[in-house]
Amino acid sequence: MFVQHFPVLPIILPLIAAPLCILVGRSHLAWILATLVSALSFYVSVDLLLTTIEQGVLSYAIGGWEPPWGIEIRIDAASAMILSVVTGISTLVLVYAKESIVKEIDSRQHTLFYTAHLLCLTGLSGILSTGDAFNLFVFLEISSLATYTLVSLGADKRCLTAAFRYLVMGTIGATFILIGVGMMYMKTGTLNMIDLSARIAEFDSNRTLNTGLAFILVGVSIKLALFPLHMWLPPAYTHAPSAVSAFLASTATKVAVYVMVRFIFTIYGAEYVFYTMSMDIILLVLAIVAIFKCSFMATVQSNVKTMLAYSSVAQIGYMILGISLASNLGLMAGLLHIFNHALMKGALFMAVGAVLFRTGSVDIKAFQGLGKQMPLTMAAFTIAGLSIIGVPLTVGFVSKWYLVTAALEQQHWVVAFLVLLGSLLAIVYIGRILEAAYFKKPSQLTAGKDIKEAPMLMLVPMWGLVIANIYFGIDTSLSVTAADSAAQWLTQAVTETGAKQ
Amino acid sequence: MNFIVEHYNYWVVVFLMMVGFYIVISANNLVKKIVGLNVFQTSVFMMYISIGKVTGGSAPIAAEGITTYSNPLPHVLILTAIVVGVATTAVGLALIVRIKRAYGTVEENEFEHKEELI
Repeated sequence: MFVQHFPVLPIILPLIAAPLCILVGRSHLAWILATLVSALSFYVSVDLLLTTIEQGVLSYAIGGWEPPWGIEIRIDAASAMILSVVTGISTLVLVYAKESIVKEIDSRQHTLFYTAHLLCLTGLSGILSTGDAFNLFVFLEISSLATYTLVSLGADKRCLTAAFRYLVMGTIGATFILIGVGMMYMKTGTLNMIDLSARIAEFDSNRTLNTGLAFILVGVSIKLALFPLHMWLPPAYTHAPSAVSAFLASTATKVAVYVMVRFIFTIYGAEYVFYTMSMDIILLVLAIVAIFKCSFMATVQSNVKTMLAYSSVAQIGYMILGISLASNLGLMAGLLHIFNHALMKGALFMAVGAVLFRTGSVDIKAFQGLGKQMPLTMAAFTIAGLSIIGVPLTVGFVSKWYLVTAALEQQHWVVAFLVLLGSLLAIVYIGRILEAAYFKKPSQLTAGKDIKEAPMLMLVPMWGLVIANIYFGIDTSLSVTAADSAAQWLTQAVTETGAKQ
Repeated sequence: MNFIVEHYNYWVVVFLMMVGFYIVISANNLVKKIVGLNVFQTSVFMMYISIGKVTGGSAPIAAEGITTYSNPLPHVLILTAIVVGVATTAVGLALIVRIKRAYGTVEENEFEHKEELI
């Protein structure tokens, strides 16, 4: 009986728990509550993922109002897969946050941190499970507003200006999506995604729909920090508290990538976007520029968090590259990279947070000599870093492998070559940190200080992610099956509507 | 000319949208940026309300003898969007208050200068 309500639980649970976190008042209790709720959502999401791989799509009518009149919760393999990633990372980050926020966030604001985190989780799960285009905008704004608050909790006062710039950019992006959804409604008279896809397929090419698509793609590109609309991301991730950076870097932008996939493949249909509007070439070029420009920017940063933030923008380039190949395999590689990048970037940001916790700095000089002083943290950083580069036996290799295969499948030799070349830049920026940690003497920043290994509560989630990095790098069956059935489902929906014509 | 007059509401929308967008980009004062953002969002609200109008339709209230109604759904949608806009403005203004406390100014070029010194 209860199982039938599973699709809505990842939204409802954190939403109810968020105000409770303020009401319980104590940081410790709020932490237990938030972690439990997040873990429960994770359990439900994994259950949903296994169900969707077996049975296909799950539909749930909120409040008993049948779609298309009511809002539909619609979970297919793609949403369930990313939902599991988001709730899983959220749980690990919350475990990690307990120690991490002690030094970075004012103790009076700890309960507010947990509240904002859960609200952000509510928004992200909502985006992933909703089947209604307008509802998606609302959830997007719930998660974004919570994100602005989370970023502004940082100890450094520069986090305030970073959060403000993020707010301005994010609101413009969301308003663009709102305009686009309005234009779709103007022409089709529906907001349900399945209805929309059926009715848009009836129009061959229409100026209102084209304009709507343009607005939506630009709006989503701001949210997912596609080059050249990524300027808000590096300062926001640099100055946010470490736990927030770890959570946002591995979930928020990935969910925005999902929104783009949803609009392109489910609503408009790949043919419309890629052949009628030839968006694929625009996305492909922007993705490649993002990979090179931002990987290069990452190599010249002295602040390690900024470096990781630029690396994130570059990695988003790989995801968009996969999508822009407009093939089943390309889409699958993109989705797989969403999953894999969450694992590696989460671990990297957690390791940097641990360094900040012990040394009080994230400058590259603070990393000098840490290989001996914090061996476990730096080992975690090294493995996750190798994963970003794409060394075999890590998840990074799996996603690069499928990306290159997808590019070769379409005879894009240059693209495949550029993907490999981009990895070389990753070697440079990760290598700089490893060189500092293992081959240099402690600098003035840390010399003479007694630096110990990070506390257990930070090491456990960090290593959890690192082990996942290696596990899914060797045994790819679960992640590849999920990404494959997700991609199949998304492109199959397209051919079905194509067949109806 | 007819094209402009018949669709005057959409011209208002486009004008407000551009004005708001320009203010967001060009204003140096953070409060003015928020005002620009509000104008920008309001233009979208007006666009939605325009969509709901059905030619010859009356207000969407059930009454005898009326068969054509305007579409109430866009109005309801935009009510939600207005709430989102208010929340965004509130968060933005709260951030401005904290920026003022931290930097002593809400002029972008002034605190940028102070940031460079950190």
